[in-house]
Amino acid sequence: MKWLFCRRWPGASVAFLVNEPIAIAELVRRVSDPEHGGTATFMGTVRRGPDDGPVAAIEYTAYEEMAESEFSKIMEQTLERWPGARVALQHRLGRIPTGEASVAVVVSTPHRAQAFAACRYVVEELKQRVPIWKKEVLEGGETRWSGNRDSGQDVT
Amino acid sequence: MDPPTDTTISIRCSFFARYAEVVGCDHVTLDVPTGTTVGTAVALLRGVVLNGDRLPDRPMVAVNQEHALADTKLRDGDEMALLPPLAGG
Repeated sequence: MKWLFCRRWPGASVAFLVNEPIAIAELVRRVSDPEHGGTATFMGTVRRGPDDGPVAAIEYTAYEEMAESEFSKIMEQTLERWPGARVALQHRLGRIPTGEASVAVVVSTPHRAQAFAACRYVVEELKQRVPIWKKEVLEGGETRWSGNRDSGQDVT
Repeated sequence: MDPPTDTTISIRCSFFARYAEVVGCDHVTLDVPTGTTVGTAVALLRGVVLNGDRLPDRPMVAVNQEHALADTKLRDGDEMALLPPLAGG
Protein backbone atom coordinates (compact mmCIF):
# COMPACT_ATOMS: atom_id res chain seq x y z
CA MET A 1 0.00 0.00 0.00
CA LYS A 2 1.21 3.51 -0.76
CA TRP A 3 0.62 6.58 1.41
CA LEU A 4 0.62 10.08 0.06
CA PHE A 5 0.79 13.12 2.24
CA CYS A 6 -1.00 16.14 0.86
CA ARG A 7 0.21 19.50 2.07
CA ARG A 8 -3.28 20.94 1.82
CA TRP A 9 -4.53 18.77 4.63
CA PRO A 10 -2.14 19.19 7.51
CA GLY A 11 -1.93 15.99 9.46
CA ALA A 12 -4.10 13.97 7.09
CA SER A 13 -2.70 10.91 5.32
CA VAL A 14 -4.40 9.61 2.22
CA ALA A 15 -4.04 6.22 0.55
CA PHE A 16 -5.60 6.44 -2.89
CA LEU A 17 -4.90 2.84 -3.95
CA VAL A 18 -5.75 0.04 -1.54
CA ASN A 19 -5.76 -3.73 -1.76
CA GLU A 20 -8.43 -4.37 0.86
CA PRO A 21 -12.18 -3.60 0.97
CA ILE A 22 -12.91 0.13 1.04
CA ALA A 23 -13.88 1.40 4.50
CA ILE A 24 -16.44 4.01 3.49
CA ALA A 25 -17.18 5.09 7.08
CA GLU A 26 -13.53 5.97 7.52
CA LEU A 27 -13.65 8.16 4.38
CA VAL A 28 -16.80 9.90 5.64
CA ARG A 29 -15.11 10.50 8.98
CA ARG A 30 -12.11 11.96 7.19
CA VAL A 31 -14.16 14.71 5.48
CA SER A 32 -16.29 15.48 8.50
CA ASP A 33 -16.27 19.19 9.35
CA PRO A 34 -18.51 21.06 11.79
CA GLU A 35 -18.94 23.85 9.23
CA HIS A 36 -19.91 21.51 6.40
CA GLY A 37 -23.59 20.67 6.08
CA GLY A 38 -23.44 18.56 2.90
CA THR A 39 -21.57 15.31 2.38
CA ALA A 40 -21.89 13.50 -0.97
CA THR A 41 -20.75 9.90 -1.23
CA PHE A 42 -20.26 8.00 -4.46
CA MET A 43 -19.48 4.30 -4.51
CA GLY A 44 -18.73 2.39 -7.68
CA THR A 45 -19.41 -1.32 -7.28
CA VAL A 46 -18.47 -4.30 -9.40
CA ARG A 47 -21.56 -5.39 -11.26
CA ARG A 48 -22.83 -7.95 -13.70
CA GLY A 49 -24.51 -5.97 -16.49
CA PRO A 50 -27.40 -7.40 -18.56
CA ASP A 51 -25.08 -8.25 -21.47
CA ASP A 52 -21.97 -9.12 -19.49
CA GLY A 53 -22.55 -12.83 -18.96
CA PRO A 54 -21.63 -14.63 -15.75
CA VAL A 55 -19.16 -12.09 -14.31
CA ALA A 56 -18.00 -13.33 -10.90
CA ALA A 57 -15.37 -10.68 -10.13
CA ILE A 58 -13.22 -7.99 -11.69
CA GLU A 59 -9.47 -7.82 -11.35
CA TYR A 60 -8.14 -4.26 -11.20
CA THR A 61 -4.54 -3.34 -11.98
CA ALA A 62 -2.88 0.06 -12.26
CA TYR A 63 0.20 1.94 -13.35
CA GLU A 64 0.49 2.67 -9.67
CA GLU A 65 2.98 5.54 -9.55
CA MET A 66 1.14 7.46 -12.25
CA ALA A 67 -2.27 6.66 -10.76
CA GLU A 68 -1.20 8.10 -7.40
CA SER A 69 0.08 11.21 -9.17
CA GLU A 70 -3.13 11.63 -11.20
CA PHE A 71 -5.28 11.22 -8.09
CA SER A 72 -3.23 13.95 -6.38
CA LYS A 73 -3.74 16.28 -9.32
CA ILE A 74 -7.48 15.62 -9.37
CA MET A 75 -7.62 16.40 -5.65
CA GLU A 76 -5.72 19.65 -6.15
CA GLN A 77 -7.92 20.70 -9.08
CA THR A 78 -11.05 19.89 -7.09
CA LEU A 79 -9.84 22.09 -4.24
CA GLU A 80 -9.08 24.90 -6.70
CA ARG A 81 -12.64 24.73 -8.05
CA TRP A 82 -14.30 24.24 -4.67
CA PRO A 83 -12.03 25.94 -2.13
CA GLY A 84 -12.52 24.59 1.35
CA ALA A 85 -14.13 21.34 0.18
CA ARG A 86 -12.90 18.21 1.92
CA VAL A 87 -12.36 15.22 -0.34
CA ALA A 88 -11.52 11.59 0.38
CA LEU A 89 -11.11 8.93 -2.26
CA GLN A 90 -9.97 5.35 -2.53
CA HIS A 91 -9.70 2.95 -5.43
CA ARG A 92 -9.31 -0.74 -4.70
CA LEU A 93 -7.01 -2.99 -6.76
CA GLY A 94 -6.87 -6.77 -7.08
CA ARG A 95 -9.76 -9.19 -7.45
CA ILE A 96 -13.08 -7.66 -6.35
CA PRO A 97 -16.24 -9.83 -6.27
CA THR A 98 -19.49 -8.50 -7.76
CA GLY A 99 -21.37 -6.32 -5.29
CA GLU A 100 -18.26 -4.94 -3.60
CA ALA A 101 -16.94 -1.39 -4.07
CA SER A 102 -14.07 -0.70 -6.45
CA VAL A 103 -14.04 3.04 -5.83
CA ALA A 104 -15.43 5.53 -3.33
CA VAL A 105 -15.41 9.32 -3.43
CA VAL A 106 -16.65 11.37 -0.49
CA VAL A 107 -16.87 15.17 -0.51
CA SER A 108 -18.07 17.56 2.15
CA THR A 109 -18.82 21.26 1.62
CA PRO A 110 -20.89 23.89 3.46
CA HIS A 111 -23.97 23.19 1.27
CA ARG A 112 -25.19 20.18 -0.73
CA ALA A 113 -24.99 21.64 -4.26
CA GLN A 114 -21.19 21.99 -4.15
CA ALA A 115 -20.80 18.56 -2.54
CA PHE A 116 -22.77 16.84 -5.33
CA ALA A 117 -20.94 18.80 -8.05
CA ALA A 118 -17.46 18.26 -6.64
CA CYS A 119 -18.09 14.56 -6.03
CA ARG A 120 -19.23 14.08 -9.61
CA TYR A 121 -16.25 16.05 -10.92
CA VAL A 122 -13.82 13.73 -9.10
CA VAL A 123 -15.53 10.59 -10.44
CA GLU A 124 -15.64 11.82 -14.06
CA GLU A 125 -12.02 12.98 -13.96
CA LEU A 126 -10.73 9.72 -12.53
CA LYS A 127 -12.45 7.71 -15.24
CA GLN A 128 -10.79 9.81 -17.94
CA ARG A 129 -7.30 10.20 -16.53
CA VAL A 130 -6.22 7.60 -14.00
CA PRO A 131 -4.37 4.60 -15.47
CA ILE A 132 -6.34 1.70 -14.04
CA TRP A 133 -7.52 -1.37 -15.96
CA LYS A 134 -9.99 -4.12 -15.34
CA LYS A 135 -10.27 -7.69 -16.38
CA GLU A 136 -13.57 -9.47 -15.94
CA VAL A 137 -13.40 -12.92 -14.35
CA LEU A 138 -16.27 -15.14 -15.46
CA GLU A 139 -17.78 -17.88 -13.31
CA GLY A 140 -15.93 -20.55 -15.31
CA GLY A 141 -12.61 -18.84 -14.59
CA GLU A 142 -12.25 -17.33 -18.09
CA THR A 143 -11.07 -13.71 -18.17
CA ARG A 144 -11.52 -10.76 -20.54
CA TRP A 145 -10.30 -7.16 -20.54
CA SER A 146 -12.86 -4.37 -20.51
CA GLY A 147 -12.53 -0.61 -20.92
CA ASN A 148 -14.47 2.60 -20.34
CA ARG A 149 -16.16 3.90 -23.45
CA ASP A 150 -14.25 6.30 -25.73
CA SER A 151 -11.08 6.09 -23.67
CA GLY A 152 -8.60 5.39 -26.45
CA GLN A 153 -7.62 2.89 -29.09
CA ASP A 154 -7.34 -0.78 -28.30
CA VAL A 155 -5.49 -3.75 -29.74
CA THR A 156 -6.67 -5.27 -32.98
CA MET B 1 21.37 -2.39 -28.96
CA ASP B 2 24.32 0.05 -29.11
CA PRO B 3 24.66 2.48 -26.21
CA PRO B 4 23.17 5.93 -26.81
CA THR B 5 25.42 8.53 -28.45
CA ASP B 6 24.94 12.27 -28.83
CA THR B 7 22.72 11.63 -31.82
CA THR B 8 20.56 8.97 -30.20
CA ILE B 9 18.61 8.82 -26.97
CA SER B 10 17.52 5.81 -24.97
CA ILE B 11 13.93 5.57 -23.76
CA ARG B 12 12.23 3.00 -21.59
CA CYS B 13 8.91 1.88 -23.05
CA SER B 14 6.39 0.32 -20.66
CA PHE B 15 3.34 -1.77 -21.42
CA PHE B 16 0.38 -2.30 -19.15
CA ALA B 17 -2.63 -4.60 -18.89
CA ARG B 18 -3.77 -5.90 -22.28
CA TYR B 19 -0.84 -4.33 -24.13
CA ALA B 20 1.65 -6.17 -21.89
CA GLU B 21 -0.12 -9.44 -22.69
CA VAL B 22 -0.05 -8.73 -26.42
CA VAL B 23 3.67 -7.93 -26.62
CA GLY B 24 4.63 -10.50 -23.98
CA CYS B 25 6.65 -8.20 -21.71
CA ASP B 26 6.20 -5.15 -19.53
CA HIS B 27 8.99 -2.96 -20.85
CA VAL B 28 11.69 -2.63 -23.50
CA THR B 29 14.49 -0.13 -24.01
CA LEU B 30 14.47 1.68 -27.35
CA ASP B 31 17.26 3.79 -28.84
CA VAL B 32 15.91 6.50 -31.13
CA PRO B 33 17.35 9.59 -32.84
CA THR B 34 17.55 12.78 -30.78
CA GLY B 35 14.38 14.83 -31.29
CA THR B 36 12.13 11.81 -31.77
CA THR B 37 8.49 12.47 -30.87
CA VAL B 38 6.08 10.17 -29.07
CA GLY B 39 4.27 9.45 -32.33
CA THR B 40 7.48 8.43 -34.11
CA ALA B 41 8.65 6.33 -31.18
CA VAL B 42 5.32 4.48 -31.11
CA ALA B 43 5.67 3.75 -34.83
CA LEU B 44 9.22 2.43 -34.30
CA LEU B 45 8.08 0.38 -31.33
CA ARG B 46 5.27 -1.23 -33.32
CA GLY B 47 7.89 -2.40 -35.78
CA VAL B 48 10.21 -4.05 -33.28
CA VAL B 49 8.19 -5.63 -30.45
CA LEU B 50 6.40 -8.97 -30.65
CA ASN B 51 2.90 -8.48 -32.12
CA GLY B 52 3.65 -4.76 -32.40
CA ASP B 53 1.30 -4.46 -35.37
CA ARG B 54 -1.59 -5.36 -33.05
CA LEU B 55 -0.96 -2.26 -30.94
CA PRO B 56 -2.98 0.78 -32.04
CA ASP B 57 -1.04 3.34 -34.07
CA ARG B 58 -2.17 6.20 -31.81
CA PRO B 59 -2.50 4.76 -28.30
CA MET B 60 -2.90 6.85 -25.16
CA VAL B 61 0.66 7.58 -24.00
CA ALA B 62 2.25 8.90 -20.81
CA VAL B 63 5.79 10.26 -20.61
CA ASN B 64 7.34 10.23 -17.15
CA GLN B 65 3.90 9.53 -15.66
CA GLU B 66 2.18 12.49 -17.36
CA HIS B 67 -0.33 12.18 -20.19
CA ALA B 68 1.45 13.16 -23.43
CA LEU B 69 0.51 13.99 -27.01
CA ALA B 70 1.92 12.45 -30.20
CA ASP B 71 4.05 15.53 -30.89
CA THR B 72 5.72 15.51 -27.45
CA LYS B 73 9.51 15.36 -27.92
CA LEU B 74 11.34 12.65 -26.00
CA ARG B 75 14.55 13.13 -24.01
CA ASP B 76 17.22 10.64 -23.03
CA GLY B 77 16.06 8.47 -20.14
CA ASP B 78 12.35 9.21 -20.55
CA GLU B 79 9.82 6.57 -19.63
CA MET B 80 7.14 6.28 -22.31
CA ALA B 81 4.15 4.20 -21.20
CA LEU B 82 1.53 2.87 -23.61
CA LEU B 83 -1.83 2.93 -21.85
CA PRO B 84 -4.69 0.68 -22.98
CA PRO B 85 -8.21 2.18 -22.81
CA LEU B 86 -8.66 3.25 -19.19
CA ALA B 87 -11.13 1.38 -17.03
CA GLY B 88 -10.95 2.88 -13.56
CA GLY B 89 -14.02 3.41 -11.42
